[in-house]
Amino acid sequence: MNKLRLFMASDFVFRFGRDRVAQGSLALFVFFVFCAFAAPLIAPFDPYDPMQIDLMDSELPPIWSGGDADERFAFGTDAQGRDLLSTILYGTRISLIIGFCAVGLQIFLGVSIGLISGYVGGRIDSFFMRLADIQLSLSTLMVAIIASAVFKATFGSEIYGNVAILVLVLVIGIAEWPQYARTVRASVLAERSKEYVDAARVIGLPRWRIMFRHVLPNTMSPILVISTVQIANAIISEAALSFLGLGMPVNKPSLGSLISSGFEFIFSGSWWITVIPSLVLIALILSINLLGDWLRDVLNPRLYKD
Amino acid sequence: MDYIQFAVKRLVQATVVMFVISLIGFSIQDNLGDPLRELVGQSVSEEVRNELREEMGLNDSFITQYVRFVSKAVQLDLGNSYFFKKPALEVIVDKFQATFELVLGATIIIVFFSIPIGVYCAINPKAWMSRIVMTLSIVGISVPVFLTAIFLIYIFSVELGWMPSFGRGDTVQIGVWSTGFLTADGLSHLVLPSVSLASIMLPLFIRLIRAEMMEVLETEYIRFAWAKGLHTNRVWFLHALKNTLLPVITVGGVQIGTMIAYTILTETVFQWPGMGFVFLEAINRVDTPLIIAYIIVVGLIFVVTNTVVDLIYTLVNPTVRLMGQR
Amino acid sequence: MALLEVKDLEVQFPLGRKTLQAIHGLSFELDAGERLGIVGESGAGKSVAAFSILKLIARPGRISGGQVIFDGEDLATIPPEQMRHIRGNRISMIFQDPMMTLNPVLTVGTQMVECLKAHRDITDEEAKRISIAKLEEVKIPSPDERFENYPHQLSGGMRQRVVIAIALLTDPAVIIADEPTTALDVTIQAEIMGLMLNLCKDHGVALMLITHDLAVVSQVTQKVCVLYAGRLAEQGPTRSLIDAPKHPYTRGLIKALPQQNEPGSRLYQIPGSMPTLDDMPPGCAFNPRCAYADDRCRQEVPKPRAFGDHLVACHHVEKVAAS
Repeated sequence: MNKLRLFMASDFVFRFGRDRVAQGSLALFVFFVFCAFAAPLIAPFDPYDPMQIDLMDSELPPIWSGGDADERFAFGTDAQGRDLLSTILYGTRISLIIGFCAVGLQIFLGVSIGLISGYVGGRIDSFFMRLADIQLSLSTLMVAIIASAVFKATFGSEIYGNVAILVLVLVIGIAEWPQYARTVRASVLAERSKEYVDAARVIGLPRWRIMFRHVLPNTMSPILVISTVQIANAIISEAALSFLGLGMPVNKPSLGSLISSGFEFIFSGSWWITVIPSLVLIALILSINLLGDWLRDVLNPRLYKD
Repeated sequence: MDYIQFAVKRLVQATVVMFVISLIGFSIQDNLGDPLRELVGQSVSEEVRNELREEMGLNDSFITQYVRFVSKAVQLDLGNSYFFKKPALEVIVDKFQATFELVLGATIIIVFFSIPIGVYCAINPKAWMSRIVMTLSIVGISVPVFLTAIFLIYIFSVELGWMPSFGRGDTVQIGVWSTGFLTADGLSHLVLPSVSLASIMLPLFIRLIRAEMMEVLETEYIRFAWAKGLHTNRVWFLHALKNTLLPVITVGGVQIGTMIAYTILTETVFQWPGMGFVFLEAINRVDTPLIIAYIIVVGLIFVVTNTVVDLIYTLVNPTVRLMGQR
Repeated sequence: MALLEVKDLEVQFPLGRKTLQAIHGLSFELDAGERLGIVGESGAGKSVAAFSILKLIARPGRISGGQVIFDGEDLATIPPEQMRHIRGNRISMIFQDPMMTLNPVLTVGTQMVECLKAHRDITDEEAKRISIAKLEEVKIPSPDERFENYPHQLSGGMRQRVVIAIALLTDPAVIIADEPTTALDVTIQAEIMGLMLNLCKDHGVALMLITHDLAVVSQVTQKVCVLYAGRLAEQGPTRSLIDAPKHPYTRGLIKALPQQNEPGSRLYQIPGSMPTLDDMPPGCAFNPRCAYADDRCRQEVPKPRAFGDHLVACHHVEKVAAS
């Protein structure tokens, strides 16, 4: 209870209370997450159920644009006759799952490696940091594209479609661990020379305990700041891969593959198939980026803004 | 260690990385697709197949095959594309020109705009112009490159009809290079794709330059420069800017790799006949030699750019001047 | 009339919810050629005071009141272009850490020549000549080589000599030196300080020395201001202030000097610590730590008043002086 009260009275909460943008973006983000995970409950249709799809319903415009609009389909339908609203809900869900899982993997790998590398030092440290350097200088997106492309070419579209989520999480997760590792390691190196670590050692605490219980909490703030950017990037990467056909298949679409399948219809007038999922994707990423920016400002006292 | 030694060391490092890339490329090739099937189709007997296998050396050990691969690669032979029936390398290099011009167009936009805007925002962080720029830049990095491309096409091609939405337009041949920069048509085709490609990197650089410069402006040596009574322009554009741009160079180098990845996306949307577009088609057709050729070429581009950026940075930054230089 | 007169200076730091007052009603004078020491603990406001003279306080700090009169003109009201020609030209500054003071990506020569060219119309060659001459004057060996060097190629002591040379380039009337030797090795501190002292004497330059080191102050300055929690505690001629301090705080400071304590005995320490800017006690800021404090001290801020040839900000200075 005391901790909660301390938190509520903290500068952090105070600045959040004053910043409309931060509040707005958090609200938006929470809204998305809620919609996405409640999709099975709130979506009017199940876009994966072929029984519910009627080809006769294809390419119907959204409700507000008149014409052939059907009141069952709030956002219109795509080329197969699937309800766009439902597909977007489920698609957002997939995008978010991949985003969170990939970043989760990044954090797990990166923080562990960073902790060990920073604390143990020596050859292990040099090895990991060299590896991190090389990986960091490679473009993650490029590596992700090539990895998933090769995967798809090797195993064919069928198999690929089924394991796509897993592949995407793995690829994006493994590609970006260096970001976390570097940051955590830097923090560890800084903390390691501080006296409380010496004190803990003198008392006889085992190394791993010192690392996790004492050093790790001090590295939380940069990890938090990076994470928002990383989640946004993971979602963008997944969307890009899906757009290229290297990600989620068209019958189990994420936002990226939806946009891709709708692209050709822009020219023939059915703009909504691409535009609406695009706007949803942009709003999602924007809210995460805004939050991340705000977090960075609050947690980083170096740059005095006003 | 002086500069020459450093350069040599760096080049050796680059070669090692290229070897690793070639190894990866070869391993992929080994496991991807069946070259025999492409050559002679399905309706050939098992015996003939095995004979061909022996002849082509496909039954040799991994190492032997790899060495063969590398020696052929060094002679610029990466096999023939199954689809184009031409040397894979030739296909890629052919398409390279289109991609290069696209990247060039985007880079010009980025350099031309990010530095002045970034500097302005750093010096006047509270001006309304700065705030607008910062807001726009967050939106900019939140919009994936292919979406910008799609929206640009939608607005400027479909609705307004100002600019073409696919292809390269007319090009002029100068020796071995065909360029789109010299014709009005070519240029108009370059605009939307270049802007799309620049759209995600421009905000990034603006923010980076702004952040770096703001940090630099808080340093003691800048305060000292003010204390010396130097003219404001000199403090901003010599003392501060030089320190600001150094780390930007390093970042720029890394971003080249990302930019190449983005070209794949841009080329797909605009049907721009570049390397990325051809690579994607190769993936769908499982045109293995072409896939490998692309990976190798991109790997090479990437290694070369990184090395060059490294060398330039070391040359330009006095504080990493290596010992032995006075 | 004094060359530099600071009158009732007020400096604030607006920080979001609260505004911190870093300097309250500070006044002192510096005559031409005089050497003044500004002494105090970290956080007492000495650096802030120094920077405010040249209007170089780090954001978001700002001068909220008072005057800084240099050669008859109030620096607070003159146009920016005129102020620019006072900085580095008539009033020069020496910062604390020479490692951070010089721009790492520009040569020493560039950073010297530009200082001259910013204030005078001279050619590059002439500026180079004067700069190298100055480098010689601060006893830097092989000055022409050093001229082409980058700052990281020089040792800490040499860098500070360069900074001193830069300060003297334009024959200023005043040099403000903010802890010029604190960041240097102990072994060369005395050397650099001695160099500065001699150069100031030779060129008739007034020196404002900011430091926490009373020993240095006693050897270099003619007059001392002691700052405590952003206010003047005591001011007087150096010898007199060190031998016979009148303010309880100054007394505590002098008493704490190792030289004043018997070898082997416990070093004296003023009990407690200086309050932080956001935690000021009412009345005299020193009262929680003062043996002479009474109710008046806890309510009323003492204004500096004359006592002998000192200025002392204490309600009970007579009582203190008598004990």
